[in-house]
Amino acid sequence: MIKILNPGFYSSIQDLGRVGYQQYGIPFSGVMDKHAAAFSNVLLGNIKSAAVIEMTMTGPTLQFNTNTLICISGANMNPTLNNIPVKYNRVIKITEGDILSFGKLITGFRSYLAVLGGFQSEIVMNSQSMYAGITKEFVLRKGDHLAIKINNSLEENHNAILRVNSSYLKTSRIEVFKGAEFNLLSTEQQRKLFTNNFTISKNNNRMAYQLEEPFINFLKPIITSPVLPGTVQLTPSGKLIILMRDCQTTGGYPRILQVKETGINILSQKFTGNGLSFKLA
Amino acid sequence: MGFDVIYKRYAESSILIEWPDLINVSILDDILLFKEKILKHGLNQGIEIIQAYNALLVNYEEAHFNFENKLSELKKIYISKTRISREPPRLWKIPVCYDDQFGIDLEVISQQKKISKEDIITYHHSSLYTVYFIGFLPGFLYLGGLNEKLFIPRRSTPRLQIEKGAVAIGGNQTGVYPKESPGGWHIIGNSPINFFNIDSETPCFARARDRIQFQPVSLKAYYDVKVLVEAGVYQLESEVIDD
Repeated sequence: MIKILNPGFYSSIQDLGRVGYQQYGIPFSGVMDKHAAAFSNVLLGNIKSAAVIEMTMTGPTLQFNTNTLICISGANMNPTLNNIPVKYNRVIKITEGDILSFGKLITGFRSYLAVLGGFQSEIVMNSQSMYAGITKEFVLRKGDHLAIKINNSLEENHNAILRVNSSYLKTSRIEVFKGAEFNLLSTEQQRKLFTNNFTISKNNNRMAYQLEEPFINFLKPIITSPVLPGTVQLTPSGKLIILMRDCQTTGGYPRILQVKETGINILSQKFTGNGLSFKLA
Repeated sequence: MGFDVIYKRYAESSILIEWPDLINVSILDDILLFKEKILKHGLNQGIEIIQAYNALLVNYEEAHFNFENKLSELKKIYISKTRISREPPRLWKIPVCYDDQFGIDLEVISQQKKISKEDIITYHHSSLYTVYFIGFLPGFLYLGGLNEKLFIPRRSTPRLQIEKGAVAIGGNQTGVYPKESPGGWHIIGNSPINFFNIDSETPCFARARDRIQFQPVSLKAYYDVKVLVEAGVYQLESEVIDD
């Protein structure tokens, strides 16, 4: 068991999300940064889809009531184990009673904690990903106890050496495909999409990132049509909205770009005030 | 089969298929038939399909994806004569209370459209609506068939909180909010029914092609039904309809 002493700003259990239920209007959900979460799991020898804790901006404080192995990846939030700094992207040995906490955010925005075997929590529609209205809880709270799945032997050496590539945490260039309504934009609008720099507004969360800069728009709303995480919508008032993992399944705004999976990972590590630009893949 | 459908690449391993830009039952039938054929053809291949008024978004598991191959496969499936057996649609009778307590925008619509509140209510519950798809929120039904007299632009500023069960009109559409949510449609009533039940094998009772009829009920009947719904014993009225 792991006890949450302090949940941090916004921590939730996530796996690779809910697939197959979009016909009921249910979002995919799942880890925002798939790259980071998978890295931690793979390093521990877990399956890639094992549930992890996604931590946002400020990390939680956790107490382990068991011996286990963990790995932290993604944003650097200065983790410490019993007040001693520990490394990112490394397997860390945990002894019963250990307290893991996090400090100041250094790079990125979302950090992932994986545990040997994966976290155990409510499974709804084949997924542990927390989402309000689908799972009973949508965030971790103080005093919660988290169970760990029966794991492989602790004696095995899971400390595989994997090359860490954290450069994506610092890049601001987002690779995109043309969206379904891209061709309805004027040549000038199309050009500006790839030459302008954009800023992430304060309206950013697991559902969507709205961009700060107004973007001239003459397009009318479309008949409600499917969207995906990564779909970039242009609203009638000229706002650009990038849909993220918890987004709705359909939408009525023109879909002008589609961010690549790698771009969604990059965006997941950005927050209010960060800059970005789009590049055609 | 017989529409000029357009195929567009969408994301790494998804293809968007588009029909003419209309809300129309024959398009809906064609879309659903194609969807079933794709699923039958690609059984157990991890294909996920999102359907809307005039589009299918087919999402493949990335490892297997080759755009050109999938494109020609889809084109073949579209014209194939694969037999699809499907259940006949059902007509669902949904109780709605149009009392002023719930119909907080009836007055505004009445003034804007110069129709009496009584007429708005009558127009709304006398139409038979077709379920096109579920989207936006878990259990939110996109319905076609709203009386033209009730077409009204969405509110310029969306409300931050709309009550669960709110029956609303926006543009040429009408719908019921399955849970509390922000929203920009005009609210004319409330239904005590659950449109989404996470504990059920089929979390939404209605499916695309089903029909919806709203049945006006008094405040008292509304609360009576609500008690039964909350106790989990309310039986929603429905019947199979000729297709």
